[in-house]
Amino acid sequence: MSLRPPEPAPGQAATLVARTAARAAEQGLADVAYTILDSPVGRLVAVATARGLARIAYELPNGDLDTILDQVAARLSPRIVEAPKRLEDVRRELDEYFAGRRETFGVTLDWALVPSGFGRRVLEQTARIPFGATRSYGEIAAQAGSPRGFRAAGNALGANPIPIILPCHRVLARGGGLGGYTGGEECKRSLLSIEGRCFVN
Amino acid sequence: MRSVSVSRLPPFQRFLDAHADDVLRFLIASVGRHDADDAFQETFLSALRAYSRLRPDSDLRGWALTIAHRKALDVHRSRARRPVPVAEPDGRSGDARHAGIEGDHWERVRALPPRQRAVLTLRYAGDLTHAEIATLLGCSADAARRAAADGLKTLRKEEPDVAATA
Repeated sequence: MSLRPPEPAPGQAATLVARTAARAAEQGLADVAYTILDSPVGRLVAVATARGLARIAYELPNGDLDTILDQVAARLSPRIVEAPKRLEDVRRELDEYFAGRRETFGVTLDWALVPSGFGRRVLEQTARIPFGATRSYGEIAAQAGSPRGFRAAGNALGANPIPIILPCHRVLARGGGLGGYTGGEECKRSLLSIEGRCFVN
Repeated sequence: MRSVSVSRLPPFQRFLDAHADDVLRFLIASVGRHDADDAFQETFLSALRAYSRLRPDSDLRGWALTIAHRKALDVHRSRARRPVPVAEPDGRSGDARHAGIEGDHWERVRALPPRQRAVLTLRYAGDLTHAEIATLLGCSADAARRAAADGLKTLRKEEPDVAATA
């Protein structure tokens, strides 16, 4: 018999990791909590600070989980833990939205990842587009104070850190074309169809 | 969002996931199964408190085991202050019974003097080198090696077939 490392019970490490992360979030030791959500438009990574929901990332188009968390660590804080309980309200509201039972979101947002200046004004205007309505890039640019800035508006919307809840999918190309989307065009079409807008092409 | 330079600290969750198994093995060896769960959580909560001050190029595994070692010392110190646990019918404490189920010698390692216990658990459950252990304990590599040899000698005296692998 030899001095071999002891074997933890099956699942013991995973259970302790989850318990430790939950405690870190509850005690406010972690600056950032995240969870992975399944949705009809693919897996989402939802990220919250003490101030509110700061990021929703589409796992595939926006990079894998590691890439998404590296970006959040660089921009906000590396003190990040996986704490699904902290994002339970976000999960519930998104589930209701995807099931067609919710038109507006009540979760508090943290705008920390939103750039300042024109990009921020574009997203502020976008946040006011009601469920089921749409605007053109030009209209949003004008409302944000720069009527000719539709291209810059498009870039700002493409960098939206909280898609779905800051509804950049409601901003379309002039003449009613779909325009681009951070989660891919198919995803934009799905969100608009949830809101009763149909885009065939 | 911009890409990230390589010299940054990883998100804490990745650090926790990466070193959970090693820290848990070390703690089970060092404080026993009964106290390992609490010590594990205390280890990583302490790590999180200090995380922002850590240099990105630090040896993260060694750092995790260093904190775990300190938590293990806390457990042993508080045991020393507590009365001896009531013996189970088979003459051993509940903790020892678990160790018996493991079929290993960690229970006897836990009864060694602190330096020998620390060196043997860090070496054979934490898989650190004597040099790394010396840095961690603030002693010379020779002193660490000597403590390991003394500890193993005691274990062999109690039970001649104890052999350290690796």
